Amino acid sequence: MTMSNGLNDCSTQIRDYVARNLLFSDKGFLYGDDASFLEEGIIDSMGIIELVSFVESQFGISVADRELIPDNFDSVNKLNAYIQSKLS
Amino acid sequence: MLVQEFLANSARRLPDKTALVCGDRRWTYADLDAMANRLANALTNLGLDRGDRVVIQLHNTVEAVVSIFATLKAGGVFVPINPTAKHDKLKYILNNCRATALVVDAGLMGSGQDALREAAPSLKTIVACGRGPASTSSSGTGSLFTFDGIQAGFSEAPRPTVNIDLDLACLIYTSGSTGEAKGVMSDHGNVDFATSSIISYLENVEDDVVINVLPLAFDYGLYQLLMTFKFGGTLVLERSFMYPAQILDRLQAERVTGFPGVPTLFSVLLQMDLGAFDLSSLRYLTNTAATLPPSHISQLREKFPGVTLYSMYGLTETKRTLYLPPAQLDRRPGSVGIAIPGTEVWIEAEDGRRAEPGETGELVVRGRHVMRGYWEAPEATSQRFRPGPIPGERFCYTGDLFRMDAEGFLYFVGRKDDIIKSRGEKVAPKEVENVLHMLPGVSAAVVGVPDPVMGHAVKAFIVAGGPPLTEAQVLAHCRAHLEDFMVPRFIEFRDALPTTESGKVQKRGLV
Repeated sequence: MTMSNGLNDCSTQIRDYVARNLLFSDKGFLYGDDASFLEEGIIDSMGIIELVSFVESQFGISVADRELIPDNFDSVNKLNAYIQSKLS
Repeated sequence: MLVQEFLANSARRLPDKTALVCGDRRWTYADLDAMANRLANALTNLGLDRGDRVVIQLHNTVEAVVSIFATLKAGGVFVPINPTAKHDKLKYILNNCRATALVVDAGLMGSGQDALREAAPSLKTIVACGRGPASTSSSGTGSLFTFDGIQAGFSEAPRPTVNIDLDLACLIYTSGSTGEAKGVMSDHGNVDFATSSIISYLENVEDDVVINVLPLAFDYGLYQLLMTFKFGGTLVLERSFMYPAQILDRLQAERVTGFPGVPTLFSVLLQMDLGAFDLSSLRYLTNTAATLPPSHISQLREKFPGVTLYSMYGLTETKRTLYLPPAQLDRRPGSVGIAIPGTEVWIEAEDGRRAEPGETGELVVRGRHVMRGYWEAPEATSQRFRPGPIPGERFCYTGDLFRMDAEGFLYFVGRKDDIIKSRGEKVAPKEVENVLHMLPGVSAAVVGVPDPVMGHAVKAFIVAGGPPLTEAQVLAHCRAHLEDFMVPRFIEFRDALPTTESGKVQKRGLV
């Protein structure tokens, strides 16, 4: 699959944010981009609130209550696709 | 009544009724009873004896529900542990209660069954649930089983009852001030009494549909299951509250009537536009763990008109202790109420007198919900559970400081010891400090700082005497060794910690 630079940039920022601020890891994000945040225990219920604030401030979008669902937030790829759709 | 009869009786009375909804699947009482019988037969065949402990480390799944009842049907004692508990904690609990069986999410097995057996020599049987590395292992040792394999291979015939209601039903591990978790022993009679008392004031009926997003390893979550199966309702079991809109969709679709929560959950709900959901089926909300801020109580009542809100208080050692009759909510929003039905409480002043209204003292509890003590910890047991005047009776000295108003309603003031109550779970500073002290050169002091929603938040003061440390490194270390709720929310580096003349860290000087 080919990705535009915009897509790549977004995924990188998500990975970095999750690794540093939710996993507290300085070794980077050691999961696949399809790894489920919930299943893998990457993010808990407090973490998701922080992730939403990050997405809103970093990408200048507003996450509606109805959009905070696993289909949009449960992996790097899902979140990336969601952000792209909001930005376009 | 024995706790396993909560399920068996409902299965006899309402075999085809939906007992459990989990994800996109539904199970009737008859389904679950048969599944529990199969696992009970397997556990017995694999050597589980009456009174043996079965540790259950599972997310909120049908396997967790079945394992709890199967353990009891086999005459065993179930020991639920938080799925976020790390290897060291699991190892400690397995050894502390000398578990003979472990039922675990395959994905949580981490370093695998050999490491687990080495860590806990008492283990005879491991049952792996769900998908993960363990379920694909061919297992040469013969004592690793999969949940699905057991369901396919064992009889659903009920086992003869081997225990009575004085036998232990469960051990629930809770933090103690010494830093080591202790297992609170509940016998069947304790659980039967506590569930009946709570059901009576919530006025639960068979038509109730309860949604549970709290971990089954947390007694507040566990009792949603036990109570619902006792009164023959339907339990909608959710893995977490991470995706609130999804929970509200589920609440709407399943026509949920009861929604138990904690302050952090309600604060999320208050930020949402609830107009998008049809919540008309909802009859009651319950809150415990920490007191709701009065502003949240009034906002919740506006957002959920016609829904009854119960403010409650409890500790694992007595399950639930107090509840505020909803009619009192407007008059005393800061109160957590009175003793639950069939029990008695009072506040004891330092000199042993019963405290006057307005005077602060320790809450003491009397009733059949006072649990049997801490597993193999006689000293801690004798401090918390002290004899009453009637031979054989014990009162629970909660360690929680309370005051009472002129009409007898109670208000939580704080803890007598240094235990932090955060998000409703007890956190022993010592347990967190022990983990921090594993970092080279570190000395640390952990305290609770007031938080409007969580009650208290865990804060660590750190002196890095060894190699330079970042906040991220400290947090990564904590996350690797502690359950989620114990990981500090705040870290502050200091050059030194204040000490008393005898050299002990003086925490009062820190905050």
